[in-house]
Amino acid sequence: MAQPLVKKDDDRDDEAEYSPFLGIEKGAVLQEARVFNDPQLDARRCSQVITKLLYLLNQGDTFTKIEATEVFFAVTKLFQSRDLGLRRMVYLIIKELSPSSDEVIIVTSSLMKDMNSKTDMYRANAIRVLCRITDGTLLTQIERYLKQAIVDKNPVVASAALVSGIHLLQTNPEIVKRWSNEVQEAVQSRAPLVQFHALALLHQIRQNDRLAVSKLVTSLMRGTVRSPLAQCLLIRYTSQVIWESGNNTQSGDRPFYDFLESCLRHKSEMVIFEAARAITELNGVTSRELTPAITVLQLFLSSSKPVLRFAAVRTLNKVAMKHPMAITNCNIDMESLISDQNRSIATLAITTLLKTGNESSVDRLMKQITNFMSDIADEFKIVVVEAIRSLCLKFPLKYRSLMNFLSNILREEGGFDYKKAIVDSIVILIRDIPDAKESGLLHLCEFIEDCEFTYLSTQILHFLGVEGPKTSDPSKYIRYIYNRVHLENATVRASAVSTLAKFGAAVDELKPRIFVLLRRCVFDSDDEVRDRATLYQNTLGGDGSVVETDKDVKDFLFGSFDVPLVNLETSLKNYEPSEEPFDINAVPRESSAPVELTEAETEYAVNVVKHIFDKHVVFQYNCTNTIPEQLLEDVIVIVDASEAEEFSEVFSKPLRSLPYDSPRQTFVAFEKPEGLATVGKFSNILKFIVKEVDPSTGEAEEDSVEDEYQLEDLDVVAADYILKVGVSNFRNAWESLGDDFERVDEYGLGPRESLAEAVNAVINLLGMQPCEGTEVVPPNSRSHTCLLSGVYIGNIKVLVRLSFGLDGPKDVAMKLAVRSEDESVSDAIHEIVGSG
Amino acid sequence: MASNGMCPSVKNILLLDSEGKRVAVKYYSDDWPTNNAKLAFEKFVFSKTVKTNARTEAEVTLLENNIIIYKFVQDLHFFVTGGDDENELILASVLQGFFDAVTLLLRSNVDKREALENLDLILLCLDEIVDGGIILETNGALIAEKVTSSSLDADAPLSEQTLTQAWATARDHLTRTLLK
Repeated sequence: MAQPLVKKDDDRDDEAEYSPFLGIEKGAVLQEARVFNDPQLDARRCSQVITKLLYLLNQGDTFTKIEATEVFFAVTKLFQSRDLGLRRMVYLIIKELSPSSDEVIIVTSSLMKDMNSKTDMYRANAIRVLCRITDGTLLTQIERYLKQAIVDKNPVVASAALVSGIHLLQTNPEIVKRWSNEVQEAVQSRAPLVQFHALALLHQIRQNDRLAVSKLVTSLMRGTVRSPLAQCLLIRYTSQVIWESGNNTQSGDRPFYDFLESCLRHKSEMVIFEAARAITELNGVTSRELTPAITVLQLFLSSSKPVLRFAAVRTLNKVAMKHPMAITNCNIDMESLISDQNRSIATLAITTLLKTGNESSVDRLMKQITNFMSDIADEFKIVVVEAIRSLCLKFPLKYRSLMNFLSNILREEGGFDYKKAIVDSIVILIRDIPDAKESGLLHLCEFIEDCEFTYLSTQILHFLGVEGPKTSDPSKYIRYIYNRVHLENATVRASAVSTLAKFGAAVDELKPRIFVLLRRCVFDSDDEVRDRATLYQNTLGGDGSVVETDKDVKDFLFGSFDVPLVNLETSLKNYEPSEEPFDINAVPRESSAPVELTEAETEYAVNVVKHIFDKHVVFQYNCTNTIPEQLLEDVIVIVDASEAEEFSEVFSKPLRSLPYDSPRQTFVAFEKPEGLATVGKFSNILKFIVKEVDPSTGEAEEDSVEDEYQLEDLDVVAADYILKVGVSNFRNAWESLGDDFERVDEYGLGPRESLAEAVNAVINLLGMQPCEGTEVVPPNSRSHTCLLSGVYIGNIKVLVRLSFGLDGPKDVAMKLAVRSEDESVSDAIHEIVGSG
Repeated sequence: MASNGMCPSVKNILLLDSEGKRVAVKYYSDDWPTNNAKLAFEKFVFSKTVKTNARTEAEVTLLENNIIIYKFVQDLHFFVTGGDDENELILASVLQGFFDAVTLLLRSNVDKREALENLDLILLCLDEIVDGGIILETNGALIAEKVTSSSLDADAPLSEQTLTQAWATARDHLTRTLLK
C-alpha cells in the first residue's frame, strides 16, 4: 500500500528546509569560480563550485554572454588537474555552456588528448563533448578517431561515438556517411547496446535506400539481436519494409509477418508489446493477422503493472475503431478495468467498450458507466460522452436509454465544456435520429429550467426555435420557453422571445397564444427584450389572428446572412449617420486578411485588404510612415492593372496626410464583371509628397518634394471569391447536394515537407472552411481525408472532399471530389488546384 | 536535438520534490523552448499526478499528447516523458534505470536532502542515461557504475563506496599500473 510521505513535524521542519543550496546567489558563485585560476587546484573545491553553477543553470538562471565566456575560460584551466571526478564535472559544464566556435578552440586540444586517453570514461565523454560543440572543420580533423572509437573494444566508448554520430547526421551528413563500414561492423558487436546504437545509426544513414534497409532487416533477422531495444528497432524497420512493399495479397501471407508474430513470444515485454502494436498498425490488416496480437494484449490487460495495462488498452482502443469485432473477446477484461485506479486506463476501457459493445450489451454498459462517471475528471467525462454519442448513432434503436443517460448526467455537477459536450451530443442525436427528436427536445427543455450557463441556454433556445415547430405538437414546448422569459437574465430572455416568435411564424395555429405572450414581454425591464417583443409583434401581423405568415417574415426569422458577420459589423461601425440609410448591399461579400506589400522594417509599411463585392473589388491600403522626420501628404496608390484586363479602375480615394506612426488608409476601387470570379495581377506604386518635419517641435516645413515608393504586386485569386462557411454535418450536406455537378480528379503534388504541410497548402489555396476538425493531420499518418465547405460568389454552396496519400517517402498524391449547385463552379475549383 | 523518426526518443527526465519544485531536470526536445514553458509543464504534470499512488508500481498518464511514466519515493517524484506514439514500456525502462541508479548512488537514502547533497551524482547520472534524446543505458547498476568509476571493471561493489572513495580506488589502480 502507499507509504506515507515524510511528515513534517516541528523538529524536522528546520531539517526539511535545509538545502546545500539555500541562499545561493549567482554573483557569489561566479566569484567563487575564481578558484579555478589557482595554480594549486583544489579538485574537491572546484567540483563543488561546478556543481553550484550547474544547480543555478538547472533552476533556470541564465548567464549573460560575458559571464558565460568568463566561466568557460576559467573552466578550461581545470584541464590541468588529473583528478577524475573533476574532469567529469568539467565535461558536464562545458556541454551546458555551449561555447561558441572561437571559444571551442581553446579546449579542442585538451579534449582530443582525452579522446585518446587510456581511461575509458575520458575517451567516451570527451567524444560526446567534442561532438556536441564541434563544427564541420573540427569534425574532419577528429574523424579518424571517431571511426576508431566506433569499433572500440569498450562498449561505452563505442556507444558514445555512435550516438554522437546519430546527432551529427543532422548537421554533417556527408561526413557521417563515410563511417558506414565501421558502423556496419559495430552492428555485429557482442555488446548489446552497441549493436542498438549502431543499428539506429546505420538505418538513418541508409533510410532513403529501400533496398539497403530491406537487406539490413533480413540480415539481422538471420543474425543475433542482443538487446530488447535493438529488437524493437528491428520490428519498426520491418514494419517500414512491409509498408513499402505494398499489399501482396495474391501471394498469401504478408512478407515478414511471421517474424513479427514470432516476436510476440519474446522474453522481453517491451518487444512483445512493440510487435503486437506493429501488427495492429499494419496497412489493411486482416482479422486472422490481428488475432495473435490481440491475444497477447489481452493478457497485458490483467497485469499488475499499470504501464502494461495502459499500453495494452490504448492499443486495443485504436484497433476498436476499425475492427471492433476483433476485440470482443477482451470485453470481460475491459469491464473489470472500468474500476482501475488509474483513471486514464479506466476511461480508455470504457470508450473501447462503447466502440465494441453490441446492441444487447448497451443497457448493461450504461449501468456500469453511470457509477463510473462521478469518479472521473471533466476531461475524461467529455471523452466518454463523445463515445456514447457515436454508440447511439451506431445503434439508433437504443436512443432511449442513451438519451436518458445523457440527460441524467446533464443534471449533475459539471463544468461548461463538459455540459456543452453533452448538449452538442443530444443535438446531434436529435438531428440524426428522427424518433429521438421529441424526447430529446424535452430533455433539453428540462435542462434549461436549471442551467447556469447563459451560452448553453441561448443555444438551446435557438435550436428549439428551429426544431420545435417541426414536431407533431409544438405547443408543449411553449411553456418551457415562456418560463425563461420570467426567470432568467436579459440575454436568455431576449433569446426566448426570438424563439417564441419563430414558433408563431412557423405554426399558424399558435399565433394567438404567441401574440398574447409577446404582448406581455413588451413590458420587460431590458431594452433588447422589449425591442424584440415589439418587432415580432409587428412582423407577425398586428392582430394575432390565425393567418399564414408572410414569406418575407419567414425569411427574416429563419434565413441566414449571405455576408460575413464580421464585415457587417465593420461596415456598421464605419457607417456615418447621414441622410442615406445604411445599405446592406454595401457590405462586402468577402474581405481578405491583410497582405503585406512591403518587407519588414522599411520606411513605409503598407499592407492591403481586398474587399470583394459582386461587381467590384476595393483595395484598402493600410499605410504606416515609420520615419519621424517626415510627413507625407496626398498619398495615393498608382495601380497598374495591365495584367488584370477584366478590371477597370473606377475610383481612388487619396489619403490627405500621413504623419509618423499613425496608420491610415487609402482606397482604390475597380469594376469587374458581375458575379464572376475574375482574377488578375496588380502592381502598385505609392505616390506622395514629402515634407521635412522637425521631430522635436513636430512642425513641418513648407517645402515639399514629390516621391514614389515601389510596393509589391498583389493578386486577386479565385480563392478570394469563396466565403468560408462551415457545415456541422458534412455527410448530410454532401448527400443533399447530390452528384449532378460532381467532379472528381486526381493530382500529384510532388515531394512535400510532410503530409500536414501538403494538406495545409491546399486548404489555403482553396480558401474554404475545414469541417469536423479534418484540417488536423494525426502525426505519422500516411493518408488523410479533409472535408471543406464554402459559398462561391453567386451564393453557390460548394463542398470538397480531399483524399491525401503518401506515395513513397515524400511524394503526396491527392484526389479531389467537389460537389456544388453549378457545374462551372465545380470546374472552377479544380482549376484553382490545377493552376495553384 | 536529433530527430530520428524511428529511434525511441525521450523528451525529458524530471526529478521534482513533493511540492513540484525542481531538484534536477533535463530536457531533450524543443517542445518547451523557454524556461517558463518548462516550469509550466512541470507544474501541470505534478498537479495531475500528485494525488495518484505511484509508490509500489510505476504509473503512467497521457497529458497533452505526451506519455509520462512516473514513480514516487519519499519526497521525490521521478518523471520520464515521451511522445504519444512512443512505446510505453521503453519509457518505463528508462524510468526504472534512472530510479535504480539513483537508489544505488544515494545508498538507498532516496530523499530530497540526500539528492541535493549529492547533486553532482544525480546530474552525472542523467548524463549517462540519455544523450540528446537517445537512450544510452537502461540498466541502473551500469549507469551508476559509469557515474562513479573511470573504468568499467566492476571490482568493488558500488554500494560500499562513496564517490571520492571510488575515484581514489581508480586512481590507485592507475598509479599501480604506471609503476609496473
